[in-house]
Amino acid sequence: MIPELGSFSLALALALALVQGILPIAGAARNDARLMGVARPAAHGQFVFVMIAFACQIYGFVANDFSILNVATNSNSALPLQYRVAASWGSHEGSLLLWALMLNGWTVAVTVFSRHLPEEVAARVVGVMGLIGVGFLAFMLITSNPFDRLLPAVADGRDLNPLLQDPGMVFHPPMLYMGYVGFSVAFAFSIAALLGGQLDAAWARWSRPWTTVAWVSLTLGICLGSYWAYYELGWGGWWFWDPVENASFMPWLIGTALMHSLAVTEKRGTFKSWTVLLAIFAFSFSLLGTFLVRSGVLTSVHAFATDPRRGVFILGLLVLVIGGSLLLFAWRAPKVGLGGSFGLVSRESALLTNNALLSVAAASVMLGTLYPLFLDALNLGKISVGPPYFDAVFVPLMTPVVFLMAIAPFSRWKGDSLPALARRLRWAFGVALVSALLLPLTTGKWTPMVALGLFLALWVFVTSAQHLFQRLRGKADEGTVLSRLRAIPGGWWGMWLAHVGIGVTVIGITLVKGYEQNLDVKMATGDTAHLAGYTFEFKGVTERKGPNFVAASALIDVTRDGKPVATMKPEKRMYTVQQMPMTEGAIDPGFTRDLYVSMGEPLPGTEAWIVRIFYKPFVGWIWWGAIFMGVGGLIAAADRRYRRLAERAAARRPAVDAAAVPAVAR
Amino acid sequence: MGRYLIPLGIFIVLVGFLAVGLNLNPREVPSPLIGKPAPAFSLPVLEESGKSIARDELRGKVWLLNVWASWCVSCRAEHPVLVELANRKAVPIYGLNYKEVRGDGSLDARQMAPADELALARSRASQWLNERGNPYVASLLDLDGRVGIDYGVYGVPETFLIDKNGVIRYKHIGPVTPDAVRNVILPKVKELNAAS
Repeated sequence: MIPELGSFSLALALALALVQGILPIAGAARNDARLMGVARPAAHGQFVFVMIAFACQIYGFVANDFSILNVATNSNSALPLQYRVAASWGSHEGSLLLWALMLNGWTVAVTVFSRHLPEEVAARVVGVMGLIGVGFLAFMLITSNPFDRLLPAVADGRDLNPLLQDPGMVFHPPMLYMGYVGFSVAFAFSIAALLGGQLDAAWARWSRPWTTVAWVSLTLGICLGSYWAYYELGWGGWWFWDPVENASFMPWLIGTALMHSLAVTEKRGTFKSWTVLLAIFAFSFSLLGTFLVRSGVLTSVHAFATDPRRGVFILGLLVLVIGGSLLLFAWRAPKVGLGGSFGLVSRESALLTNNALLSVAAASVMLGTLYPLFLDALNLGKISVGPPYFDAVFVPLMTPVVFLMAIAPFSRWKGDSLPALARRLRWAFGVALVSALLLPLTTGKWTPMVALGLFLALWVFVTSAQHLFQRLRGKADEGTVLSRLRAIPGGWWGMWLAHVGIGVTVIGITLVKGYEQNLDVKMATGDTAHLAGYTFEFKGVTERKGPNFVAASALIDVTRDGKPVATMKPEKRMYTVQQMPMTEGAIDPGFTRDLYVSMGEPLPGTEAWIVRIFYKPFVGWIWWGAIFMGVGGLIAAADRRYRRLAERAAARRPAVDAAAVPAVAR
Repeated sequence: MGRYLIPLGIFIVLVGFLAVGLNLNPREVPSPLIGKPAPAFSLPVLEESGKSIARDELRGKVWLLNVWASWCVSCRAEHPVLVELANRKAVPIYGLNYKEVRGDGSLDARQMAPADELALARSRASQWLNERGNPYVASLLDLDGRVGIDYGVYGVPETFLIDKNGVIRYKHIGPVTPDAVRNVILPKVKELNAAS
């Protein structure tokens, strides 16, 4: 009964999505307030029904209803409760439902925070999101209904893939999807603006906080996924250039470009058609990722069970959404006009260059991801593209990005002089360069890549410090240091923190790639191994029984110069339902290094095990940097001026029509 | 308007590729070995320590070579089909146990003594077969994967059909399905057995 209720709710949600997608947009075109008024109630209704469907699905998993196909294939009665809930988005069907729920969540947020918007803009935005909802709900109902029955029911389910039985599974997919789907808001704003023919500073200002919040979710989602892979897969890697990782990274790169482009469009009125195009691309890449993961055109460790019918449906959806919006772009964008002009050396130039480089980076990731498909389609053979390609392409593209990123905040809008800029930054450049060349010497191993990575990171740190210092000194007569710090707007702090975060991540990547050490040893009780100055003593193995697995749990004491450092307990687990062995590494995290131990295999006939030991300098900085970026984004999105403008606009709205909405550029 | 159409143009080309891609199987790699003599090997047998089997000992009969490993997840799905096929006694199945220890990403066997690696491979592979039934006349241990490379093994499992003259006649990529057994493998075996 409950699953049928879920199916029925999805069908009602689809009907409401159709209403939400058609009537408000028609209303905006004919200036009919009654039709536009449908947008909000329809969106709220759709949210309620998708929520009911989602609750029905969770109920099926929690109550172990193995007459539902999705539950029987992805869960088990011995699975702990939190993973049964998470298993509901572990499958293709369930993750689509999560997608739809996120979309509805974002739409409701738009209806709540859009009261200051002109009515037809809000109606168009909500309408476009309704149309996206139509696509996904129809996809679910036609090819992938999460409530399909399995009759007769089985006694117990096939269990969730042990790789996914981890707290990472509880947080990573929802966070990532929130980012993916969040770009639909910026997309909807762009389509609305193209439909209405109004691409102005006000439009950019409305889009900015939404884009930033979506970008923050995506950043943190990718960060969680990377950290999860690091501790769960048992061999200490944190990024694999797998097609599915690339699918999340491409929208991130474009989203980063979009955030900056929106800033220029808001403040200077330029880059308008470029910004619109980026907004379309950011969401298009999210959809493309969905297609790649679910259609089976590429092989990947993350891929869902594939079905050609689904591939055809998503491809059709891609054509409608992306093709339709690009056609609209080609039709309406030429009328947008260019904004103010700017000189070759200016903040606009720096931002435009970085935008272009980020887009090229996204395009080369796409090329690497799809290259095997292109060759295969042209009958030129089968190949696979691996990390060497991506590393070789990515480092040269990101080096100028990070370098310019540090300069842009110092340069002036419209025009600046290169000698003046060089004079402002020469000390920072010198300090960063000399330290980057000398620091690796202290470790005894100097490599050009380490020096380059350190230079970029130090360049970001030193210029950021200088920028903060100048900002404070420039207003020296306005109270104490603390009050001056507090007077700096959130937007500036967000930018500053996110840029520092990039430097932090660069440090982590550089040092772990340059100075990582590892060791595979045979260890029996009482044996010791030495790595990077640490001594690892194997104290023995004990058996442990978990809820749905049995584990051999080792105890390893780590000391350094005779002083205890950590006690590590790596495990080798056997998940009983799927008969799948899993390696649970043990990590001793630290500020400047992680120690990572994982169990290989027992050696037959002996008490000994193969044990892998890693010393990973500064690896944690990779994820701390991402957290800095995320927090920076949140601070920027919460900047008071968005709310202030909203209040001002709301106060003025009854009297004026849309054309008079404030278009001030600060 | 021209340059504003560029993104749409690129997208249309991309859609063309994606549409073609839907009808391709990325896991299917054509084998240049079909119609060529099966590469030579001489490998230790899993079931009997000390014994080994060479390619030329298998001349004169039609046989299947199934590439498997205990770490291979798809092999678990395929295994019942092979056991069922073996029970029909239509064609002898030889196993090529491919990189039993080295294929498992979680440990680095290059740093193990060769004797340790062989012992570990034997214990893991026999335990796996004991639990699931053994469809093989014999399984050959290809620890370093060199024979696998000669046969162009791309992913595990793969299955080769070899005729009386030692020529590879067919290659099945991925888990053998009941459909493939009924519609492809058994008819081909029949045809090859009839040929002199």
